[in-house]
Amino acid sequence: MHLPAYRFGKPYESLERDTLVHFLTGEKIAEVSQVGGAIVGRDLQKAGQARAALLAIDPEEIVERLQTAGTLYAHGTLTVGDSKQSPDDFVKQQSATTGLPESLCRANMQKNMFVLANMDRMLDALSRGLSPEILWKGYGTEHRGVVVSYQAQSPVLGLVLPSNSPGVHTLWLPVIALGVGLVMKPGSQEPWTPYRMTAAMIEAGIPAEAISLYPGPTDVGAGILNTCRRSMIFGSAKTVEQYRANPGVQVHGPGFSKIILGDDMVDDWEQHLDVMAESVAINSGRGCINASAIYASRHTKEIAAALAERLGPIDVKPPQDPDSKLAAFTIPGAAKAIWGQIETGLKASGVSHMTAPYGDRLVEGGRCGWLRPVVAHCTSPEPEIAKAEYMFPFVSVVECPQATMLEKIGPTLVCTAMTENPAFQSELINSTAIDRLNFGSIPTTKLDWLQPHEGNIIDFLYRSRALQMAVEKTAAVS
Amino acid sequence: MATSSTSQPASSAAAGKPPVFQVADAAAVAEARERLDAHTVEMMAWHFHPSTGCPFWLDYATSLSFDPLKEVTCYDDLKKFPPFEDEWLRGGPVRRWVPKGMADKPMFVFETGGTTGVPKSRVNHRDFRTDYEMFSDTLPDEYFPRGANWLMLGPSGPRRLRLSIEHLAQHRGGICFCVDLDPRWVIKLIQKGWMEHLEAYKQHCIDQAITILEAGHDIRCMFTTPKLLESLALALEKKGTTIRKAGITGIFSGGTEFTPQWTRFAVEELLDGAYMTPTYGNTLMGLAASRPVVPADGYTIAYYAPQPRAVIEVVDFDNTNEVVPYGGTGRVRLTTLTHETFIPGFLERDEGERELPYAKYPWDGISGVRPFRALAASTTVGVY
Repeated sequence: MHLPAYRFGKPYESLERDTLVHFLTGEKIAEVSQVGGAIVGRDLQKAGQARAALLAIDPEEIVERLQTAGTLYAHGTLTVGDSKQSPDDFVKQQSATTGLPESLCRANMQKNMFVLANMDRMLDALSRGLSPEILWKGYGTEHRGVVVSYQAQSPVLGLVLPSNSPGVHTLWLPVIALGVGLVMKPGSQEPWTPYRMTAAMIEAGIPAEAISLYPGPTDVGAGILNTCRRSMIFGSAKTVEQYRANPGVQVHGPGFSKIILGDDMVDDWEQHLDVMAESVAINSGRGCINASAIYASRHTKEIAAALAERLGPIDVKPPQDPDSKLAAFTIPGAAKAIWGQIETGLKASGVSHMTAPYGDRLVEGGRCGWLRPVVAHCTSPEPEIAKAEYMFPFVSVVECPQATMLEKIGPTLVCTAMTENPAFQSELINSTAIDRLNFGSIPTTKLDWLQPHEGNIIDFLYRSRALQMAVEKTAAVS
Repeated sequence: MATSSTSQPASSAAAGKPPVFQVADAAAVAEARERLDAHTVEMMAWHFHPSTGCPFWLDYATSLSFDPLKEVTCYDDLKKFPPFEDEWLRGGPVRRWVPKGMADKPMFVFETGGTTGVPKSRVNHRDFRTDYEMFSDTLPDEYFPRGANWLMLGPSGPRRLRLSIEHLAQHRGGICFCVDLDPRWVIKLIQKGWMEHLEAYKQHCIDQAITILEAGHDIRCMFTTPKLLESLALALEKKGTTIRKAGITGIFSGGTEFTPQWTRFAVEELLDGAYMTPTYGNTLMGLAASRPVVPADGYTIAYYAPQPRAVIEVVDFDNTNEVVPYGGTGRVRLTTLTHETFIPGFLERDEGERELPYAKYPWDGISGVRPFRALAASTTVGVY
């Protein structure tokens, strides 16, 4: 199987190819054409054509086609690259090159399909009921009778995509429905979702010239970020720091998501154990929305022990086993290196390794490695491991007085807070360290797609600005 | 990475296909080898004679278990030398590298590296001129017209490239315009992650280049690096013109980014019919010309050193005195044999595939040059 680059719909076979192989057997799975950053720069001079192709279609029609694309993506046999690909082929290929169990690949597929199927509701929620025509024309009259103008900040959104979790692709799925084209650099090990999604969209009638796929080395990512006026990048804490001050780049890095047990509910911690375990371990703990820390003022040792009892026995299983819950680290030496870091962290004062009684955590394979779930207990938020996040089920249960919790938690993408104390709820609502806030027993990983994620994508792609017209023109606008 | 590996098109020899270029015949190869052997002996007589050798080699010879004047009778005998350590080139006194036989000649010093710490330096009297005069003979007059003016859009400062290109232009009867470019700053910007500054600096250079090209100087030839060539071509395209329409007919460029795919992209989409010749070189060796880069050869870029003044060998990663079979992959080992400089068996920071001798250059070549895998992670490719 060969996956060429797509230059606004036109396939481009490179002389250089990346070979993707099975993480366990080394069997060749696919070749992926590799292009350079200059191709991106050259193509993007014509990025306006991508938006023009979308705006030529009625916005409601676009949404319907995206819904069809969702069905095709989940259930259809599509032409992906030079081959036919069924949903089963997709799952097996994705699992083979990412190390994700097949069951998790299927679950992520459902997540992506759900977002596409509910695109109309999502857009309505994110735009606060704005008519999509207004985004198409650039202006219009709101239901309140007020003239509004939304100006697209870029004809395309650049995307430097990751390989860790196919669930992150939900973030860019609404972009086409907003009349903005896509310029993607797929993750080197997980090109599957962007390619299959593109195939499904084109099959459903989305104009091919609105979408580009540029697999390649890091200079492709740099080319995208330099040339697209709006981009998203997924990366490490270092990447986040690098682009923090750039308003044209939305950075998605580690989430450091957390669960907080308020003093009013912490004595009932056992009632929330399922939510805690799910938040830590679902999707093999790979997402930025997986909880990496649990904060409480008391019972922390008991919570950690109970979580360890629940998660500690989870073991490595073949990727096709429906009960397989752990993804492999497919880069040689990665699992061992991460385990080395964790072991150092576990030796710090005030830290206990609660999953130690459940056997070795590091499992080494011939070509890859795994890390079984780790639960650490910290007597304060100070040890380094209390602030850590890893790409497997890992959590620190941290003892911390409620009064200082919000000072100590640091950046938190998703916070599930178990409290009914109005004063503490108010503090949580006002905490700028927290992005998504859940009150009550909601797993950090359960996202309501009708709410914004790390900023509203519409606010990122469009600027609300003033547009005034002389009175006699107003009628024409409405 | 366990799950992936990037491949470029294999060289003809590696792919087991008949070569599409004219392979040198055995007699030409043997004759070139004899010339190299004789040249090697001549260089030993110069570099290790007390009246002509430089202080470094004369001193070093006292530590050797053999006498280079008597026991090096052919090129292969240079294997008796331990590997050359480029660290020797860092720091002074610089005159220890000046052969006594040319102590009264005006000397240049050219530097390489130096983003942090002490750069490596090589003394030069007229080697750079000789190298580029020889290289000039490989340039087709159709695309690099005699008398045409040049633009040097590449690293300047203490590097030999800027003076060399200027000399090349003068040697061919032209005048060279230059843009100032500090590659050490470029590498620092990359290492610091200051990508906006990097972009701004690049734009600053490109703006100057376009201003010169549009100033009516009848510039037809250019040296530039692949990255700057991309930026220049895209900037001109934005202005509704092209490199060719800006007057450029011939481009001489170099760097490890010169992959077949990049070359194909440049030929198909950036050059608008301008001729481009890739080269491989550095301050220590000089520069290696390429055999013609053509689609029929999968845009393979194969370089041939200016033998006998310099020799490129593709050697086994572990046994660096052993060349790999044709088509095999190995590390680049350079040997420089000029009156000004003797550098035996220097292991470069690059690797590639061994290529068959070409009719015009009847000795081994190298293709697929890229950063040496063991060092690639720590190498920052800047503007080259």
